[in-house]
Amino acid sequence: MNTKVNIAGVEFKNPVMTASGTFGSGMEYSDFVDLNRLGAVVTKGVANVPWPGNPVPRVAEVYGGMLNAIGLQNPGVDVLIERDIPFLKKYDTKIIVNVCGKSVEDYLEVVERLGEEPVDMLEINVSCPNVKEGAIAFGQKADCLYDITSQIKAKAKQPIIMKLSPNVTDIGEMAKAAEAAGADAISLINTLTGMKIDIHKRAFVLANKTGGLSGPAIKPIAVRMVYQASHAVKIPVIGMGGIGTAEDAIEFLLAGASAVAVGAMNFVNPYATAEVAEGIEAYMKKYGIEDIYELIDGIRE
Amino acid sequence: MNTKRKVKAKILSRKMIAPDIYDMWLSTDLAREAKAGQFIGVYTKDASRLLPRPISICQADKEKGALRIVYRTAGAGTEEFSRWQPGETADILGVLGNGFPVSEAVGKRVVLMGGGIGIPPLVQLAGELAQAGTKAVIITGYRDNKLFLKEDLEKYGKVFTATEDGSVGTKGNVLNVMEDRQVEADVIMACGPMPMLRAVKSYAEKKQIAAYLSLEERMACGVGACLGCVCRTVHKDHHSHVNNARICTDGPVFDAREVDI
Repeated sequence: MNTKVNIAGVEFKNPVMTASGTFGSGMEYSDFVDLNRLGAVVTKGVANVPWPGNPVPRVAEVYGGMLNAIGLQNPGVDVLIERDIPFLKKYDTKIIVNVCGKSVEDYLEVVERLGEEPVDMLEINVSCPNVKEGAIAFGQKADCLYDITSQIKAKAKQPIIMKLSPNVTDIGEMAKAAEAAGADAISLINTLTGMKIDIHKRAFVLANKTGGLSGPAIKPIAVRMVYQASHAVKIPVIGMGGIGTAEDAIEFLLAGASAVAVGAMNFVNPYATAEVAEGIEAYMKKYGIEDIYELIDGIRE
Repeated sequence: MNTKRKVKAKILSRKMIAPDIYDMWLSTDLAREAKAGQFIGVYTKDASRLLPRPISICQADKEKGALRIVYRTAGAGTEEFSRWQPGETADILGVLGNGFPVSEAVGKRVVLMGGGIGIPPLVQLAGELAQAGTKAVIITGYRDNKLFLKEDLEKYGKVFTATEDGSVGTKGNVLNVMEDRQVEADVIMACGPMPMLRAVKSYAEKKQIAAYLSLEERMACGVGACLGCVCRTVHKDHHSHVNNARICTDGPVFDAREVDI
């Protein structure tokens, strides 16, 4: 039985990854999950310098999901290189570093710093809804996305994944812009911009007022967008948005994703990533599927 | 080795001990690893409510393998907990966070301060101190005469009470008791609402004594990954490299001098 997937020349032992920002740099969840079981660990977004993030409260629970407005707090790329990459290198899993910035120059600086590091792929975060500058500003207009993608692609030593925002009118158009600019893969969906109000205090629950919605509540939107994006482009798609079980993950594979990532559901079930990997194998056995590629885009229309 | 884990715990008992305040014993081997000031995440059984509720450990019975939590119903999740029956099981995540630095208080004049739903962790703390041969002075602050955990605390030390409405003990807050009862401290350990903790911090600074504060914040993962529950720190934090520490993993107990609250 083959569970290996190949994305831009990088071979993953299985299609299960962690969604950036929900898994730290792997260390915190290594108490719960054998990281060797995962196709890849995708790190928390990292910038050229440390970012303090947003004021608290930064998280709120909503029906079937949660809102977060962490604001990309991160210790900067130097700490990632000194501490987090050596930690992840101890495991037999691929390392994908999520890169964020306030300007194109910030992104390029991180990408260049990582050029000689043992990192398998870079995921470029142009879709975080919680920071005022950068991030989503590059990911909501096709021409901006094309521009930043081509500039990063020119400098990057590793294959790049552009992480797309669902907060757009036409996801296919965004996927095509990333592909045309040379992206090796795309990942989606990042969070949907949401809001929660405390009616007793008549106040916003999050200090940032708005936050990114994630969790099972967004899964049908994510499946639809993965389907649309993967049918708009030829480059591989990494699907995410509310995945917590193997059944969820298989939906994304059938919709056209070549790999999947578990995000907010790590908080609900800290064993979720390994259970998804095991559950995909059990499903393949049950249906006599020899190769995971039979599942990718395997919907019967 | 003690590792964080999500386990099923059997509810041994559950009762209301004051308006909206519930006392629950859970059977779990996590109890053997628990220390004063640590907490567990308690999951609801409603799949629409995803996140574990962080609740401090009131007592850990290591022999029986049982944890006691005393919590206030603050929303639909904790209201669900208050309907759970003995014999039911619940999913819990633990043991989380670092506890109070008991060794910093042994042999010293230690005052424990708890405000409202910050009182429960003081039971385990006073017990651990007593076991180490240090009898603490315990000051509890309540809104009114609906007291809880008073008898539990009296087993381990001298208890003074403050109430906002003056119905029991000193009228006012826990710091008013220090003056009212002429209490002197070398070290304070406190848990309670933020205004109380700010006041304890400034009191300790004025008196030039050590204080350890247990902080609270909206939390998602509980294990240090999501960076949801940070507090501002005076120095750059060793993990984050900015002036933010994670309450769930670097705390919830902090040296008052280290946090900017």
